[in-house]
Amino acid sequence: MASLITEQNQLQKDTASVFSIEKFLEQERGKDLLRFSTAGSVDDGKSTLIGRLLYDTRSVYDDHVKSIEGKGTAGAGVLDFALLTDGLRAEREQGITIDVAYRYFSTERRKFIIADTPGHEQYTRNMATGASTADAAIVLVDARKGVLIQSRRHAYIASLLGVRHVIVAVNKMDLVAYSEEVFQKIQQDFEAFLKAANADGRPVELYFLPVSALLGVNVAKRSPEATPWYTGPSLLELLEALPSVEDTSGAAFRFPVQRVVRPDQHFRGFAGQIASGSIHAGDAVTVLPSGRKSKVERIVTYDGDLKEAHAPFSVTLTLEDEVDISRGDLLVRSGDEAQLSRRFAASLVWMDAQALDPTRLYLLKHTSHTVPVRELSVRHRVDVGTLEEFSADTLQMNEIGVLEVETRRPIALDRYAEVRVTGAFVLIDARTNATVAAGMVREIHKDEPHASKQGPVTAAQRAERWGHEGEVVELNAPAEVADALEHALFDLGAVTVRALQRAPAMNAALASSGILVLVHHESEAPAHLKIGEGPALEIATDDINAAVEEILKQLRGHKILQ
Amino acid sequence: MLLTESAVSTVSTAPIPGTSPVVRQNPGHLRLLEAESIQIMREVASEFERPVMLYSIGKDSSVMLRLAQKAFYPGPIPFPLLHIDTGFKFREMLEFRDNMAKEVGAELHVWRNEPAIAAGTNPIKLDTKRCCALLKTQALLDALKHYNFDAAFGGARRDEEKSRAKERIYSFRDAAGQWDPKNQRPELWNLYNARVHPGESIRVFPLSNWTEMDVWQYIHEENIPIVDLYYAKERPMYVRGDVLMPIEQEFVRLPGEEPQMVKSRLRSLGCSPCTGAIRSEADTMPKIIAELLSFRSSERANRVIDHDQEGSMEIKKREGYF
Ligand SMILES: Nc1nc2c(ncn2[C@@H]2O[C@H](COP(=O)(O)OP(=O)(O)O)[C@@H](O)[C@H]2O)c(=O)[nH]1
Ligand SMILES: [Mg+2]
Repeated sequence: MASLITEQNQLQKDTASVFSIEKFLEQERGKDLLRFSTAGSVDDGKSTLIGRLLYDTRSVYDDHVKSIEGKGTAGAGVLDFALLTDGLRAEREQGITIDVAYRYFSTERRKFIIADTPGHEQYTRNMATGASTADAAIVLVDARKGVLIQSRRHAYIASLLGVRHVIVAVNKMDLVAYSEEVFQKIQQDFEAFLKAANADGRPVELYFLPVSALLGVNVAKRSPEATPWYTGPSLLELLEALPSVEDTSGAAFRFPVQRVVRPDQHFRGFAGQIASGSIHAGDAVTVLPSGRKSKVERIVTYDGDLKEAHAPFSVTLTLEDEVDISRGDLLVRSGDEAQLSRRFAASLVWMDAQALDPTRLYLLKHTSHTVPVRELSVRHRVDVGTLEEFSADTLQMNEIGVLEVETRRPIALDRYAEVRVTGAFVLIDARTNATVAAGMVREIHKDEPHASKQGPVTAAQRAERWGHEGEVVELNAPAEVADALEHALFDLGAVTVRALQRAPAMNAALASSGILVLVHHESEAPAHLKIGEGPALEIATDDINAAVEEILKQLRGHKILQ
Repeated sequence: MLLTESAVSTVSTAPIPGTSPVVRQNPGHLRLLEAESIQIMREVASEFERPVMLYSIGKDSSVMLRLAQKAFYPGPIPFPLLHIDTGFKFREMLEFRDNMAKEVGAELHVWRNEPAIAAGTNPIKLDTKRCCALLKTQALLDALKHYNFDAAFGGARRDEEKSRAKERIYSFRDAAGQWDPKNQRPELWNLYNARVHPGESIRVFPLSNWTEMDVWQYIHEENIPIVDLYYAKERPMYVRGDVLMPIEQEFVRLPGEEPQMVKSRLRSLGCSPCTGAIRSEADTMPKIIAELLSFRSSERANRVIDHDQEGSMEIKKREGYF
């Protein structure tokens, strides 16, 4: 009997502890997610601030704290919180943040993802990277230094990348005796700048906080003893209160198709992540660019069908009709369509060491498709510190400008200020494969009707008709391969001329009018192929048919052939 | 630079902003992480010719596998799984692996560095660093090359270790499989650059933004099966102060050492000679989560491998490790 009672007690104790964990789990289920980026000049205290947020929210483990004890630059007895975040050896050695680092912490209300970005001018691209997915940005300002050109750059980039909430943390207030005057001056300077900088008319909410990252003043908790004149929230309170995942339920429905799911004859679904807005079963949708229409039949997920789904969830849609849809298409609500065009103006952040070169082939990656760029021309470059505009014909690494873009095929676009996902793109260098630029669509031009009968026939019209772009293709190969290739192109209806000798100017002129110029140099197998200014590609086969197949594949890969 | 006066509004000393009613019900952070991971998996499956999922049998892999099931539902997972078997994995792990692969209907490749295993490579004979280099890193590089995989999913998370915090979702590796932290592609929005030249590859980390806590909570919410070793049970261990050494391999035994039964579990799964167990009463998932809340040290603190040297993970990654 006695033992039974003990057993029961034990059981109750167990369920009691399990019950409280259930309560914890319930609370966790209600947690949402806020992404923010941080930027500041070197030594403004950014790493310290983040280390402090992690430390004060008990998000660092003891072994990590232990690994930094007695190290760093903060002085004896004070933990150098920056060491918690600077992860790469080069960073520890130089004591600076070089690359974007992602950090995680969590409070009772929210999970936070921090993109910690470095502050030098030469890292503008890293700042843009961090801001691209952020709901909020913390811009650090050293109270002693005031609003420097770098602080302006950070704020400008945040607003350019569409970050809604910009928090200006005036740091090192302990070194200016917590002076309200210093704080107010910085606030005024900053407001004036950001008003002038707001790049795209997208509203930015600005917040100002006096903090000391090192001492934890107004970081996790309010510190009225240090700043009695400041009555606002602490940084953490503010971060907890900001509206998170943007409410796009009223926004246009945008669904880039990532994949067609077709396990058997009976099921054909379109998998994707809802980029904006929401959708119900039964809603009328239009497929872009084809313009075909249908209705949503089911919203399928592994966890069962849904009646309604909204951004940013990943679902699979089936439609009532057999409509031809493939990866890269955009499903939109009928009547509220994205604009289909090849031509638009965009803000661009150049991110590659090799400057923008209009003669190179760039690929534009947008939602779930990639299209070749036909033309890029710089309208102007912006000095991010002073907001001055300069005429320019190229952009160097970390420069920002406004460009006119023309793609080889029409794409379904929104202005970035309206829909982030369908207004954003990156450029990839087709030869090096480097990601060279980030772009935000500002203005969508009316697509040029290519049926126009005015003026001479354009390269674009020829490309449309012939199904390929003009290009000079050099082939070092046995004559049989060159002949077989020419026949294969001919069979595809491609307009090809065989240039018997090298005449670069003539060949380039033919190519620019839309013709495929095949320059053949007799050589042994394996063949080598050079497309335009691209590198020589080895076609590693002795078999003539296989070599031709591979060359056609390369031409398709380079978007020369459709 | 046109701007209307109203485009900027300032709230400086106002009460906490954002208290206006939230229009939509909060879906929860796990659902948001899930949506992001699924988007990544679908991109990889669509843009690469030969993707593979590294399946390490641990909790992160288990979550990854479930996400893959969700991403392609009602279709099958459109890529194979690859397990790098060092020969030092716990028996329960291997059984579990084979059952899981069958259950989800995925093709499973197992790769071992047989020459090194035959030569008796172990972390005591060599040091842990060289042992890992042979049995894990080399084996992985060989396997990727053998099958010609151009993309490989890994379950690493950015919260695990400082050099991981700088990792991209698409981590570019050169033709030798190596990572250059200074030569990573900028990654903006959810636009991932999948273009590689022949021989180059991408490691993909769909769980980048998950924390250890997120992973456990998701396993709990989704009822995802995990290896029994994660649950506390009476197990024979060599007890060395705070360190509990699983008795799996004879060569770890010190002279005169006898195993004792200890209620214990593993916090992360690795090779048995390098994975210490912890004393624990956590034999249910809620108890594991409760225990995690009380932890003050990171999961990797139980592994021998990160201790060798400051920045050792960065060095291993440069050499081609995950
Ligand atoms: N007095 C004082 N020093 C600070 C404060 N925040 C950071 N520091 C110090 O400023 C230096 C640079 O900080 P760090 O966080 O590395 O700056 P980062 O380059 O912006 O990441 C370090 O020596 C910090 O200890 C602060 O609020 N007050
Ligand atoms: Mg720093």
